[in-house]
Amino acid sequence: MSNSDRFSLSMRLFHWGMAALVLSMVAAGLLMVTSLQPWQLTLLNIHKAFGVVAILLVMARLINRLRHKLPALPHELPHWQKTVARASHWMLYFLLFAMPLSGYLMQYYAGRPIDIFGWFRLPAALQVDIHYYALFRELHGWMAVALISLIALHIGAALYHHFIRKDDVLKSML
Amino acid sequence: MRALYLALLLAPAVSFGADAPPKVSAQQFVNLQQGDSAFPGFRRAHAKGICISGEFQANGQLADYSQASLFKAGSTAFIGRLSIAGNNPTAPDLKAPVRSMALSFASSRTEQWRLAMNTPPVMAVADPHTFYQQIQAIQAGPAAIKQFFADHPESDEFRAWAAQYQPSGSFAAETYHSINAFYLINADGKQQAVRWAMQPTVAVAANASDEADALQQEIAARVAAGKVVFDWVFTLADAADDETNPTKAWPDSRQQITAGQLVVTGTTPQLEGDCHAINFDPLVLPSGIAATRDPILRARSAAYAESYRRRAKEQLQGALEGSNNE
Repeated sequence: MSNSDRFSLSMRLFHWGMAALVLSMVAAGLLMVTSLQPWQLTLLNIHKAFGVVAILLVMARLINRLRHKLPALPHELPHWQKTVARASHWMLYFLLFAMPLSGYLMQYYAGRPIDIFGWFRLPAALQVDIHYYALFRELHGWMAVALISLIALHIGAALYHHFIRKDDVLKSML
Repeated sequence: MRALYLALLLAPAVSFGADAPPKVSAQQFVNLQQGDSAFPGFRRAHAKGICISGEFQANGQLADYSQASLFKAGSTAFIGRLSIAGNNPTAPDLKAPVRSMALSFASSRTEQWRLAMNTPPVMAVADPHTFYQQIQAIQAGPAAIKQFFADHPESDEFRAWAAQYQPSGSFAAETYHSINAFYLINADGKQQAVRWAMQPTVAVAANASDEADALQQEIAARVAAGKVVFDWVFTLADAADDETNPTKAWPDSRQQITAGQLVVTGTTPQLEGDCHAINFDPLVLPSGIAATRDPILRARSAAYAESYRRRAKEQLQGALEGSNNE
């Protein structure tokens, strides 16, 4: 495949780096809300701190994406599949911003400052607001479900392109 | 990073020996606490309480041990809550076996501290999964709890305390213990394990009232008439003490430091006060205080968060609209 059929190196690095980060965050999130084990607190603090890493990365990633030309989808792909592909990618971007933001806001309104690897702390409200906490807590939970579903769709589509359609869509990200 | 998460993913599956209790989740724990009929919008544990406010007046004695700003000589305002154990927000005050004090210091936007303290100085058990079984036994009745204690000799110190404990007639006359140990960390990074207690400065004879809200009425009247003061006393662990075991008290000979006085100047019914919105998770800590590896302490964040999430969602859905402080 020619270079124009492939995502740029920076885009591939962002993609796979964030894939590892997001999957770890989802696993940590699902574990830490249920576990009563002694490592729960450590995992909770890692999850919060990496949320800050995630939002910084996705900002840089979006800027990088807007500066690069994307490989075109296969011409013969049905119109509806192209539409779903574009829409799901922008939904993923939206959630990559909205997850850390809602996570931070639920902590903010619960009055819980966030320690970032012991370097500094993100501020929290001086007066707790349980309504805003509830709103952002539920949003964080529902958006996590949406994110997991979209990731499943994303992986399913990549495998469909590679093994069933046998086109270069998956290879363009490798 | 991923290897760490993978290890953490597998951790719950590892068995820790034949007699280890089955692992319970935060959801199972809170389900047990709330019982068959939850009270929407209220805390799942210690549902009944009254908001308090005032300030902590530090004498500076603890400033060399912790860099937390509130230990420097001076005053820090707090919002707090005095409560009784149980899941029923209308339960009779004087029937509860345990009384509690919770505090929230919002020293700044980045430095906040929540404290949750109870009248017993120690736990009956040392881990959350056994604690779950203890609550099951309490709910099952006197024979079950008797059998539970017989099966759990680590509950000796708790039972000795319970046998001699005489409830006073006032929230103002109780001693409230941190139970779990924490580390104080000073500016040089030196770490010292401590427990603490809020010690009363008044004695009040047992309350003979038959009012359900006897303790709330008493403390509201007492604070209206004048401030209520507690001494905040820290006990410093020795190398011989296990700061991760909440069932064992440390010897009386350990060094104690009074960090200052907690002065209560206001009370408000909980649904009208600022304390109701707060999750008093004792793992919200300022710089200069850190959690030990005590398994009970470490289980608190997830359990408190589950209770908080449930009641916050219910409140968002209007559960408390039109309710008074019943």
